Amino acid sequence: MQGISKLRRLVFSSTFIRIASAITTLFGISVFVFLVLRVIPGNTITGAFGIETGALNPQQIAELRHYYGIDQPMVMQYISWMRSFLSGNFGYSFATGRSVFTLTKVALPVTVELAFIGTILGVIMGIAIGMFSARKPGSLRDFGGQLFGLLALAIPGFVLSTAIVTIMANKFHYFPNSLEYMPPWKDPWMNFQQMMFPGLVLGIAVAAPVMRTTRSALLETVDKDFVRTAFGKGVPSRKVQFKHVLRNSLIPIVTMTGIQFGYLLGGAVIVEKIFALPGMGRQVLEAITRREYATVQSSVMVFAIMFVTINILTDLVYRRVDPRIK
Amino acid sequence: MNEPLLSVKDLSISTIQDPRILVNDVNFEIHAGEAVGVVGESGSGKTLSALSVLGLLPRGVGVSAGSIKFNGTDLLSLDAESLRKLRGLDISMVYQDPMTALNPVMKIGKQLLEVIESHETLDDSSLDRVRQALEEVGIPDVNRAIESYPHEFSGGMRQRVMIAMALILSPKLLIADEPTTALDVTIQQQILALVAEERQKRNMSMLWITHDLGVVANLVDRLVVMYAGRIVESGSVKEIFSNPQHPYTAGLLSSLPTTTDKTRKRLTSIAGVPEKPWLVGNTCAFAPRCGFVTPECRSQAPHLVGTLEKSVACFHPVGGAQ
Repeated sequence: MQGISKLRRLVFSSTFIRIASAITTLFGISVFVFLVLRVIPGNTITGAFGIETGALNPQQIAELRHYYGIDQPMVMQYISWMRSFLSGNFGYSFATGRSVFTLTKVALPVTVELAFIGTILGVIMGIAIGMFSARKPGSLRDFGGQLFGLLALAIPGFVLSTAIVTIMANKFHYFPNSLEYMPPWKDPWMNFQQMMFPGLVLGIAVAAPVMRTTRSALLETVDKDFVRTAFGKGVPSRKVQFKHVLRNSLIPIVTMTGIQFGYLLGGAVIVEKIFALPGMGRQVLEAITRREYATVQSSVMVFAIMFVTINILTDLVYRRVDPRIK
Repeated sequence: MNEPLLSVKDLSISTIQDPRILVNDVNFEIHAGEAVGVVGESGSGKTLSALSVLGLLPRGVGVSAGSIKFNGTDLLSLDAESLRKLRGLDISMVYQDPMTALNPVMKIGKQLLEVIESHETLDDSSLDRVRQALEEVGIPDVNRAIESYPHEFSGGMRQRVMIAMALILSPKLLIADEPTTALDVTIQQQILALVAEERQKRNMSMLWITHDLGVVANLVDRLVVMYAGRIVESGSVKEIFSNPQHPYTAGLLSSLPTTTDKTRKRLTSIAGVPEKPWLVGNTCAFAPRCGFVTPECRSQAPHLVGTLEKSVACFHPVGGAQ
């Protein structure tokens, strides 16, 4: 009897439901990315040989198809990839001659570091400017804050990145990213210099939505009864702003931050490319042009796993932020 | 007579943009130890009048004329920091809806502690004072209560917490803005009794806002009746209940249900709805609904005349006192 009720509690517990739905999501994504790669024109052979593919005779093409494993039925290809993905090897990258896992092991820390820097900068800027704006809606300072939000949203990352590279390299002859990439554990100072500008570009991109979310959440909360109560108690204005208004506006801000962080973990493809950072974005981009199925599929799965994990973490943060969420 | 503790003179409140008058030329005073009730329907301006005392008017609404004096200081010309120091310490307030008046993500104990923290430096005894304040308003198991969040409490319990929070620094004046409206009838009585008892104990002055004459009859010394942003009648409870002179007050009183009347007749009501304060113009606001209306009522606004014991703003007071 007790065993059954325990089982029932497990099955209906929110953690269990979340994990089950996460696994379903991941499975869906794996099928989707697998199919998309096979629908787009070209395959590993054209990716490797380019226009010279036309010079290959049918015999050679058949042999190459066998070599790359794309002569197998689709289901078999999927199973074979899944098997290597789940075994932790992630498949084989023909161009580099290494396992996708080995590539990811090098590229992922770059992307994660960049995503962290971008998110932290973005959240600090976004919340600060959002609070600055919301303090006096409709005023000149609000206009300034909103203008920043709009510009940060409207100026594409590649424009800002190219501008920074141009100015820094041309005028100041300073462009640390032209040197070999240094991970922080090898040369922290060089790593900081290489991460500084791309981090700032991503930070500005994150700051815009965070700022807008912060502003609207604050404006909604500031009219709540408990804010009036706080003022009525004689709590100083600054403390009311932080401990009552901002504290109660955190849920949408946390949500927005989670989403943005998730995006950044998906590899800031263009920014990584411009600043020559060997991250996941660059890895996927190059794998797509070469039609390296296993590399693309496994990398996308890594993104998906991180995104789903961020979502679950965001939910955990909700519970800390609002005691009413059970 | 002594200087009143709170004296509101010629107070007008209006919206800031596209000025619409919401409270028009309101006068009343509260003496030390006295309880004054302000009665009126929704939109009569009673809550705004009360909020203006603490400088807590909602955004976009402001005092456009008049003065509010507390203990001799003009609250309207006070700088923000001096006004802040007054709030919670000298004047505090209990609000209408206890479900929304507490911060949902802050523990009860912390919210009470915050009042002390805003006016004094915290020390070892502060938490004991919080416990004591909660005990006084009848919260069971205070040690658990201070670690709880508002959503773990019922409406009645939350209103008790609000009262404890308002009383923790023993203010000279307590403003209660319909503190029982959002509660069950049985809980209402408990809360009313609690506030009355605490007031007696502390000899505290009180401003009691309500739309229910029956609620305040036994709790206050004097009454102010508001209609469409103006005071129509004010005076001692005894005078107003036994000898209402404004037709609106008389109408309000006759619409009260009684427990002694066994005739099972329908309750009387006042036909029509109140005019919006900003649409009244220079007439008696009650004229459209009044049974005693004359052309005079429609051509000029009556002023509040009389004494502290009894004042009325009407050209044709009922009861033939004049």
